[in-house]
Amino acid sequence: MDQLITQILRVVSLQAGFNTTVVMLGSAALGCAAGAAGVFAMLRRRALVSDAVAHATLPGIAGAFLLAAALDRAPRDALWLMGGAGLAALASLIAIEWLGRRPKVGPDTATAAVLAAGFGLGLALLSIVQTLSIGRQAGLEQLLFGSAAGMLPHEAEVMALLAVLVLAILVAVLKELCAVAFDADFARAIGLPVARLDGLVALVCAVVVVAALPVAGFVLSVALVVIPPAAARFWTDRAGLVVILAAGFGAVSAFSGAAVSAVVADTPTGPAIVLVAALLFAFSLVFGRARGLIAGQG
Amino acid sequence: MANFWMVDFVPLLAATLAALACALVGNFLILTRRAMAADALSHAVVPGVVIAVVVTGSTASPVILGGGLAAAFAASGLVAFLTRAGRVEPGAALGIVFTSFFAFGILLLEWTGLARTAFDIHHVVTGHLEGLIWVTADDAAGASPLVMLGQLPKVVAELALVLVLVTAILVAFHKELALIAFDPVFARAAGLPIGALEAALLTATALACTAAFQSVGVVLAVAMIVCPAATARLLTTRLSRQIGLSLAIAFATVLIGYAAAVVGPALFGSALALNAAGTIGATAGLALALTAAVKARA
Repeated sequence: MDQLITQILRVVSLQAGFNTTVVMLGSAALGCAAGAAGVFAMLRRRALVSDAVAHATLPGIAGAFLLAAALDRAPRDALWLMGGAGLAALASLIAIEWLGRRPKVGPDTATAAVLAAGFGLGLALLSIVQTLSIGRQAGLEQLLFGSAAGMLPHEAEVMALLAVLVLAILVAVLKELCAVAFDADFARAIGLPVARLDGLVALVCAVVVVAALPVAGFVLSVALVVIPPAAARFWTDRAGLVVILAAGFGAVSAFSGAAVSAVVADTPTGPAIVLVAALLFAFSLVFGRARGLIAGQG
Repeated sequence: MANFWMVDFVPLLAATLAALACALVGNFLILTRRAMAADALSHAVVPGVVIAVVVTGSTASPVILGGGLAAAFAASGLVAFLTRAGRVEPGAALGIVFTSFFAFGILLLEWTGLARTAFDIHHVVTGHLEGLIWVTADDAAGASPLVMLGQLPKVVAELALVLVLVTAILVAFHKELALIAFDPVFARAAGLPIGALEAALLTATALACTAAFQSVGVVLAVAMIVCPAATARLLTTRLSRQIGLSLAIAFATVLIGYAAAVVGPALFGSALALNAAGTIGATAGLALALTAAVKARA
């Protein structure tokens, strides 16, 4: 037990070797961006769209892998695969919007349909990839639940860069996003492009979720967008503070989750991150000063 | 032909039984805009099943179904608590609960070693219809039909049992559930026991999801809950006709999707077969998309 604690302390204080350190910092940056972006998706009641987007990236990734193999390129090039994931994410957003606009389908059914059908297509393509005898297809298997351990430093750098980009975008239009999030009718009345801002939030969330795939996996990367904002909401009613807190919670969850996964055997990174985030959420639910169970009943 | 009975018959049978059970409950879930709740539930049953199997040391059907059912009730109770007492946005509440439950389930599977013995956690997500082989079928010439039936994989009996249970629940409460779906205000005013009816629908959904996840996979279960019912709803406004259509669509989807997985690659001269759960899910989505596109012009 003592040994485990020393090990954890060593990892958390960033002394567990260069690779682990880079990965944890990359994950933290990503958690930070995801938490901030998720606030606006949550307030616009579209939190779960990110779940569909994450699942629907699988056909893009498997397709990019097959295309790379057909073109004789290095199939596990992260940027190449992320490009495929990005295209698929965009396609899934468009499909959800297109299907969901029909009154007899609705956004909820459209989201679930795109999630399941997209992931199904991805599984079919993945079964082709697995029969090919090229290189490290095992890397694709790890994407299911995430694995920070296998991440290369330059991949972590790309994640960190994306995180910074996302945060910059959010800061640039923070006022407009807050106005839309808390009172869409008012925002429309003062001439804000509500639909375009909603689209921006969906896009930013999609970018974050795609970037988070290697760490958290298809099934659980949505948690980075959903749990920290909901936890932050218990502490304050001020929009700016919710965003900052959510970013902080996201960073802490991703950082500690990656650390736990590095130290404890048989612990995929995705579930570890989710459970840390869930603990933060449970604490906030009880003790949050604005809406928590103890304070917020007035 | 012996090859068909040994290799393809059982997967087709299992997929059909699961598809029918899922499509049945799907009709009521999409009417109340709870497709994403079904997705969440299909993931949330996992820890319940794992705990039940670990505690009892058995993988008998009642243990697995009971565990899944308990987890489903715990999860939806928690979602209701978070939205009411915690004032969490409903989509976010779903996201928080299902990711936490699923993450916990994965870690339990990994830590108890069950991930390497009883269940393959990858198959829970991706489906593994290919694993359902009817071992005795090819030397069946002399065996009596009863003996052969007894040697079907256990999952088939479980799926058949669940289909019967789900049908019974939905037939018994068909009128009341329809009333709640179409006119909840009137249903409440008429004094229907809303809570008990919701519990019945939840039981049916949880049974379908739990039975599905071992062989058919979580994703195919979601595709079958959402897509056939949504497709049928685009084609008719009468509930009874919608249910009948959804069952027919589900069955056709299984046949076409399975054929695409097995026969499709052979047409291109390849010996490999695709992940059938994946192709069936993708086919279901394609059917919905085509129907939506055609219906938009008509």
